[in-house]
Amino acid sequence: MASVSDAELKQMSQEERVTALGMRTEQLTGKSLHIEFDPDAEERFTYPWAPEVDFNKRTEIDTVDMTTTEVNGRIRELMAEGYGTIVLQNPRGKHSLGVGILSKLNLIIEGSTGYFGVGLIDGPNIRINGRVGWSCGENMMSGTVMIEKNAGSTFGAAIRGGDLVCRGSVGSRTGIDMKGGTIIVGGDTGALSGFMMQRGRMVVCGNAGKNLGDSMYDGTIYVGGDIKSCGVDAVEAELTNLDKAWLTRKLTQYGLMPEKGVDHFTKIVAGKQLWNYDNLEPSEKKLIL
Amino acid sequence: MCGIAGLIHKGKSSNVGGEMTAMLQALKHRGPDSTGYAVYGKPTEGDYIMRLKVAEAEDMHKGRGIHQVIVDRIAAVEEILAEHGAAVKSKESVTEYALRFVLGHEGDTSVMAEHIEETEGVEILSLGNGLELIKDLGDAADVAGLYGLDKFKGTHSIGHTRMATESDVDIRSAHPYWAFPYNDVSVVHNGQITNYWIMRREMERKGHRFMSNCDSELLAVYTAHNLANGITLEQSLRNSIEEIDGVFTYLVATKDQLGMAKDTMAAKPLVLYESDDLIAMASEEVAIRAILPEEIDTYDPYDEEVRVWQA
Repeated sequence: MASVSDAELKQMSQEERVTALGMRTEQLTGKSLHIEFDPDAEERFTYPWAPEVDFNKRTEIDTVDMTTTEVNGRIRELMAEGYGTIVLQNPRGKHSLGVGILSKLNLIIEGSTGYFGVGLIDGPNIRINGRVGWSCGENMMSGTVMIEKNAGSTFGAAIRGGDLVCRGSVGSRTGIDMKGGTIIVGGDTGALSGFMMQRGRMVVCGNAGKNLGDSMYDGTIYVGGDIKSCGVDAVEAELTNLDKAWLTRKLTQYGLMPEKGVDHFTKIVAGKQLWNYDNLEPSEKKLIL
Repeated sequence: MCGIAGLIHKGKSSNVGGEMTAMLQALKHRGPDSTGYAVYGKPTEGDYIMRLKVAEAEDMHKGRGIHQVIVDRIAAVEEILAEHGAAVKSKESVTEYALRFVLGHEGDTSVMAEHIEETEGVEILSLGNGLELIKDLGDAADVAGLYGLDKFKGTHSIGHTRMATESDVDIRSAHPYWAFPYNDVSVVHNGQITNYWIMRREMERKGHRFMSNCDSELLAVYTAHNLANGITLEQSLRNSIEEIDGVFTYLVATKDQLGMAKDTMAAKPLVLYESDDLIAMASEEVAIRAILPEEIDTYDPYDEEVRVWQA
């Protein structure tokens, strides 16, 4: 902060220094966060109430005559019974299927879903053997989502973690406001992809539409094909060996590795000429992040 | 929000009324205020189908005097038809305020259409050889049931479920819009047009009439203006992306074509399915699945995309 000099900061302990710089500790009041981050708790990486599921216990749900609420409720019931692999048949474009799953699970959707599919998830592995509508995987925290066909716009909006993979092409504004994690697109992506991106990585094997990475704060976008245009403050950067190694590993993992390798990828990052995190006071930074 | 849908069969007729009803019913959650259809039957050269309304649905609750007003308005319309030498081959009224005429008429119908609309409270919903435009308050099942659309045979259709954001909940603000006075052209739109008043005044200066304050009507008038000036449907759709501001996805149908255009931001959704004999599109996949439950390949068109299909 302005009132603290460099000399004073050097004299302080680490704890005093962060306090002087405006960082504050606070007791999180959200019930889940409070329980999850209890330092005395046994070391575990699942939510305390997450059901113990067995991946070898498999069942199917025919969703044809069910509402979205009924399907999502049924998934939770089956998880409580220990089913670790659940297959949804005949989704027929229903919206919001498989949202809010906060523990490990193998979910297979045999068909196409509508809007907001598998959003707000934390942990499950999901495979969708069809197409997804707008805002698939929105706000996902962790886990893996694999889509076999195309996806709609705002694919992976505001994701914070995990791998969101689409083998086909996706619509516009892919990874808008993404805050972490990885989005991989096997085909093309539309306009304004990576708009206001804050962290994480996005890989587009095909072409990207106009205004790619517009107003991005941070994060990295890799594009294998042509870029129609870069947005404000999105600039090309050197593709390092570390980038190539990471791309090779990720694309190979999901069977999307191009025959000609990854050397042709273009790397786009933030030029940081706009108002970005580095210009913010630590306290403001904390508020945003 | 609004929901739009369109389908076109290539080279054959189908029950497009029933199919569109299923699609629009699946989109009911996008707009419960009113539902509209533009369905295209087999064109009958020389015969014109005219759909018109002589009052608003809510007018029917405004006292007993309205019934006599409606009778007078219909008589006035019939008088104008006779003046223009249009032979009334059939006349049906599904509701008291909505009528369907089959007319024998030779030559230009635009002057006749203008004269009919000079009658207070009368609006031609559609006029053409193949187009029938039906719109009323309520969901798709209500409107289809009321107007007997479930078994309508035709080649293509567009439809709309409306959530009123820019103007009133009434039939005059419901979609689709007929591109007055251009026969057989209809438009459905999802979005908001931000240079509506500028464009409206420009169109009015060129002599076009507006029946409502709904921004979507502009697209119908704009398309009619372009087509009347010899611009192709595809070029008109392309020009609209440059000339019209706002967020929009809209569909235009003519006697034998169906076209779509998406704005520069791709801010309004559309899902497309294409096969050799059927093209279906809708704001949500769930509408396409209502008529094609089997697993199919669909995709989202990108920004500034324009497509036109031939029946």
